[in-house]
Amino acid sequence: MSQNAQTPGTPAETGETRRILSAADIDRALTRIAHEILESNRGAENLVLLGIPRRGFPLAQRLAAKLAAFDAFDPESSLGQLDVTMYRDDLRRSPSRVPWPTVMPPRGIDDATVVLVDDVLYSGRTIRSALDALTELGRPAVVRLAVLVDRGHRELPIRADFVGKNLPTSSREKVRVRLSEIDAPQDRAQPQADAFDEVVIEG
Amino acid sequence: MNTQTTETRETTGGTGRWLLKGVSPLGEEATDVLVVDGLIAQVGAGLSDDDLDERTTVIECGGQILLPGLVDIHTHLREPGREDAETVETGTRAAAKGGYTAVFAMANSNPVADTAGVVEQVWGLGRDAGWTQVQPIGAVTVGLGGKQLAEIGAMAESRAQVRVFSDDGKCVYDPLLMRRALEYVKTFDGVVAQHAQEPRLTEDAQMNEGTVSADLGLTGWPAVAEEAIIARDVLLAQHVGSRVHICHLSTKGSVELIRWAKERGVDVTAEVTPHHLLLTDELVRTFDPVYKVNPPLRTDEDVQAVRAAVADGTIDVVGTDHAPHPTEDKECEWTCAAMGMTGLETALSVVQHTLVDTGAITWRDVARIMSRTPAEIGRLRGQGRPIEPGEPANLVLFDPAAETVVDPATHASKGRNSPYRGLRLPGAVKATFFQGHPVVLDGALTQPHPAAGGR
Amino acid sequence: MKHLLSTQELTRDEAIAILDTADRMAEVGQQSVKKLPALRGRTVVNLFFEDSTRTRISFETAAKRLSADVINFSAKGSSVSKGESLKDTAQTLMAMNADAVVIRHGTSGAPQRLATTGWIDAAVLNAGDGKHEHPTQALLDVMTLRQHRANLTGGETQGTDLEGMHVVIVGDILHSRVARSNMWLLTTLGARVTFVAPPTLLPVGTQHWPARIVFDLDEALAENPDAVMLLRVQRERMHAAFFPSEAEYARWWGLTPERLDALDRAGATTAIMHPGPMNRGLEISSEAADSPRSTVLRQVSNGVAVRMACLYLLLTGDDAQ
Repeated sequence: MSQNAQTPGTPAETGETRRILSAADIDRALTRIAHEILESNRGAENLVLLGIPRRGFPLAQRLAAKLAAFDAFDPESSLGQLDVTMYRDDLRRSPSRVPWPTVMPPRGIDDATVVLVDDVLYSGRTIRSALDALTELGRPAVVRLAVLVDRGHRELPIRADFVGKNLPTSSREKVRVRLSEIDAPQDRAQPQADAFDEVVIEG
Repeated sequence: MNTQTTETRETTGGTGRWLLKGVSPLGEEATDVLVVDGLIAQVGAGLSDDDLDERTTVIECGGQILLPGLVDIHTHLREPGREDAETVETGTRAAAKGGYTAVFAMANSNPVADTAGVVEQVWGLGRDAGWTQVQPIGAVTVGLGGKQLAEIGAMAESRAQVRVFSDDGKCVYDPLLMRRALEYVKTFDGVVAQHAQEPRLTEDAQMNEGTVSADLGLTGWPAVAEEAIIARDVLLAQHVGSRVHICHLSTKGSVELIRWAKERGVDVTAEVTPHHLLLTDELVRTFDPVYKVNPPLRTDEDVQAVRAAVADGTIDVVGTDHAPHPTEDKECEWTCAAMGMTGLETALSVVQHTLVDTGAITWRDVARIMSRTPAEIGRLRGQGRPIEPGEPANLVLFDPAAETVVDPATHASKGRNSPYRGLRLPGAVKATFFQGHPVVLDGALTQPHPAAGGR
Repeated sequence: MKHLLSTQELTRDEAIAILDTADRMAEVGQQSVKKLPALRGRTVVNLFFEDSTRTRISFETAAKRLSADVINFSAKGSSVSKGESLKDTAQTLMAMNADAVVIRHGTSGAPQRLATTGWIDAAVLNAGDGKHEHPTQALLDVMTLRQHRANLTGGETQGTDLEGMHVVIVGDILHSRVARSNMWLLTTLGARVTFVAPPTLLPVGTQHWPARIVFDLDEALAENPDAVMLLRVQRERMHAAFFPSEAEYARWWGLTPERLDALDRAGATTAIMHPGPMNRGLEISSEAADSPRSTVLRQVSNGVAVRMACLYLLLTGDDAQ
């Protein structure tokens, strides 16, 4: 049995590493996405953010803070976390992983505009799982998708509504998103809240 | 030990001339041994050319060890009754391959060997097979039931000339019955071989009672259940002036009791199995019933104690308790499985590994504990004799430098329940001479003794 | 993890992964749709050689909540009672393409035999074997203890062990697979274990066990343990002279109303646990069983979550390179 498999902070053993987004780039992208969400939803009414673990959730938290700053969005009642592990279609093929909690926003998701938030959009299978998970939790009015990076190579008819950066990649490459909330070394005092943020390509 | 009184059959002639060149009797100085028509004809280096006529087969031994043919005081041949597990034919083939020229066949067949008829049947089957001498053991009580003495006298005076009596597999628990048996066999210098197991303390017992049984939750077979019976029986034997043999002693406490009894002058002999010299109850953690045996595998402390007891003479003999079982009786859950292990074909290697290679005993001692003393206990003439001119040529040629990875599928026994499967053990039986005839040559079975079946 | 045979072999990280997963599974039980698709198309066989409706239903519920197909095979009235061997029974089930076999057996080691003989290649989950182990029972007990502590401290259960907790287990240790599994798991997770039992119901050979053994229940309870777990007394034990009478057992080793009062007076936060089914009036009084301290029903619901977690972890990642 293995714990969640991602090992952040370790560059691939071979090949070079290119930084695609810096901390400031990530912050700017999230600011833009927040504005786009408010624009398409015509404000924050009925808006719910659901972050997909692991790194989708801190991104959703950051988006929620921006939405709260720009408009009448209440993270306390409208931000949640949606784990999709049990709905994946590759459970036999990839190592067993411990699911993360699903935390429903107190207002619920029925009749809401739910924005799913994830770090990287790739095959689309995670989002397919998320849509299945959602149907068992309630019936949103609209479901949208926000991602920090869209790297292409879709295997399902799924697209993002809000994208931080479109990033053409080879399928051999790995896109790693590092966020301070998760990837900062625990034993080190952090000089800045976003000191460890970055998006890199390996290989 | 008294002189041997049991009449055995005449030595047969017509088995040819065999010269063992460069062989080490009892692992000592290399010499040549000439076997002619069932007897050892000459022992000495550089036998003259006159001895090497065209009728003589020369075996170059290269310093391999020559021992008197082994004698197993404790074998289960399963016939009659469980021919699916073993027959006299297959069991004696296994014995020959293991270097045994005589085996004592335990009485727990079906029907039980509690009458002259059954013991004569087993004895005759052994003669007909011709691989090794089969000497039946008679039951102490009717049907091993522990209630009524079996026809001990009739078995003693039968053609099988039974001298050893045992309810092995069951303990002669009733102290009064045990006393009577001990007394009665004095008539013909017999012996009672006790399976020491206090029945109430071992109800449903599955394994040694100790730390491993505590973890596994298997019902324990406590050492005290063995020791309590041994203590009682050595006292009884002393009281009535009989001799008593303790089968498959397995605990440190039992060793101490035997030592104490011998110091007091009790006429007691004690036996240990090869598996109790090597294996411990830690193996039960695998839950593989190949390790299920009665008495159970004990702790390492017990293993060390029984080894030391063999070395200092407290334990007199190694007996295999060869107990073959069909596959289905072991291929199951632990509690459903039969108790017992095969042993005839691995005993000498295990003894080399645990006692000789460790420096505890010499090959001369091996001859004593695996041949001479077992024959004496059973009053078996013509077995366990010195390697000297004029003696019956019951011999085993053993290569201590060989190594064998145990593969039960290659065993001559029907039983595949060897606990040593996959284990690398030292030594290999190269040849077994049974009354002058090589039933095993180059490590392989040849032909039964030419006189077999025709007598 | 290929099989779950015992808690003795579980590492701390493996145990916490199961418990964290079980926490997630418990959330599913609160949803309107109490079902996950994770094991869709997989087949779980409940192979029960001993009657245990509770455990079988718990496993069956767990498998069904994960969308697995379930085959219940009870030895009674089956070919097993006609002498069929464990090997043949197991291989018959494999011919039905079972992915996991949940086995309850009266013989210690039967699950390990299934897992190690090569008779079958399914995942084997021990649902209680002889007097050996009952790993999912210990896991659900530990899950309950994690919740008990989190409720008192307001903390999280996720990722936590039981460091510093003290659990008193009372009763028939000798015959109890629940006691053994709990001892190994509790100590692996940092808890301290005290066994309280009549000396006749303790095994010989416990010197290496990571548990303190005392005969006096009041002495153990005076330490205000975090939990006291009462083991079921099999009534047939009485006839085998393990103790003189039920009344004496209850007086010395039962959780009587007086002992419950003593805990209350001491202000202890001791939870009262029982693996069920209870003998009210023998090892546990009705007052104790029905007190707010009792976690008996919580244990039952946690049982489903723990078994979901185990099935999920055994049956995912099995084709991973």
